[in-house]
Amino acid sequence: MDSILECRNLTKYFPGCLALNAVNLSVPKGKIVGLLGPNGSGKTTLIKLINGLLTPDGGELTVRGNKPGVETKKIVSYLPERTYLSDWMDVRTAIDFFGDFYEDFNKAKAYDMLQRLHINPNSRLKTLSKGTKEKVQLILVMSREAQLYVLDEPIGGVDPAARDYILDTILSNYSENASLLLSTHLITDVEKILDEVIFINRGSVVLTSSVDEIREREGKSVDAMFREVFKC
Amino acid sequence: MPWELKPDRPIYAQLIEQLQLMVIAGIYPPGAKLPSVRELAAEAAVNPNTMQRALAKLEEDGLLFSQRTSGRFVTEDAGQIMQTKQNLAEGLVRDFLRSMNRLGYDAQGAVSLLDRVTKEEEQNG
Repeated sequence: MDSILECRNLTKYFPGCLALNAVNLSVPKGKIVGLLGPNGSGKTTLIKLINGLLTPDGGELTVRGNKPGVETKKIVSYLPERTYLSDWMDVRTAIDFFGDFYEDFNKAKAYDMLQRLHINPNSRLKTLSKGTKEKVQLILVMSREAQLYVLDEPIGGVDPAARDYILDTILSNYSENASLLLSTHLITDVEKILDEVIFINRGSVVLTSSVDEIREREGKSVDAMFREVFKC
Repeated sequence: MPWELKPDRPIYAQLIEQLQLMVIAGIYPPGAKLPSVRELAAEAAVNPNTMQRALAKLEEDGLLFSQRTSGRFVTEDAGQIMQTKQNLAEGLVRDFLRSMNRLGYDAQGAVSLLDRVTKEEEQNG
């Protein structure tokens, strides 16, 4: 199968800590993959490596054959765990900003999503609640016609009703040939939309499987399986 | 009809059942055009690939058919729909018998109890 993201023996150290230990994984084209693991398991480290915010200490990571850099940033749309937009901007300015930055940015799509989520484009980011700010950020990221979307905890800060809305936004806005990698620990909320799951723990991949394989084999949800694998 | 998905069974198997129910209940009558994979997936809040897999299986079973350019339709063969209905009903009966068996009823015991309860319901009805 064609893959968009490949990691081979990917290793990353931080002082006094092995953050990723020889990770091998691939994200196939057209699939939604969940990166699941407890706090501090290496999810965000892996995501930062994909986006070139960290560099590997060993092994290799490629996005469509290229190491993270200018070429990969053109095709990867990244939602970081924290928002980086300036507070003084209003939503419309943020959209223009993204439009200037990315060739694949679709403004019409962004305004359409804003309307569906009842967000006024004239609001200043400073005046928005934390959850609404997260929604704006997600809209910006999903309005790109990217080939790989990498979402770090996209539903962490929003209420359950908005979660459904956001998942719906993700489902209806990623194109069929694009892949999506999302990290979360709110598994129950996302497992229905995932093709595959990657369980990661203390820097190592401990399981990769399709959601239905887990349900078929174990007779339980991915969430129940997660609780078992990572029992404290 | 809302989509109800249980956490302990494969999603695609449940989608198949629910789509069968929708056809049997006439929500999608014989010959009707189904919404697109994406629309159905969004409605059920599931992954489009999983929905695609369920639809492909139903097509293989003959309950649905697709026309290359115009989309996916419900079969016009009433016999096929009847057959699907009967298969689902048989499945329910088997589940019932299995549950009764766990309570210590054999098939005959289960049937006579079913008989008695239905009569009581009719009288109270």
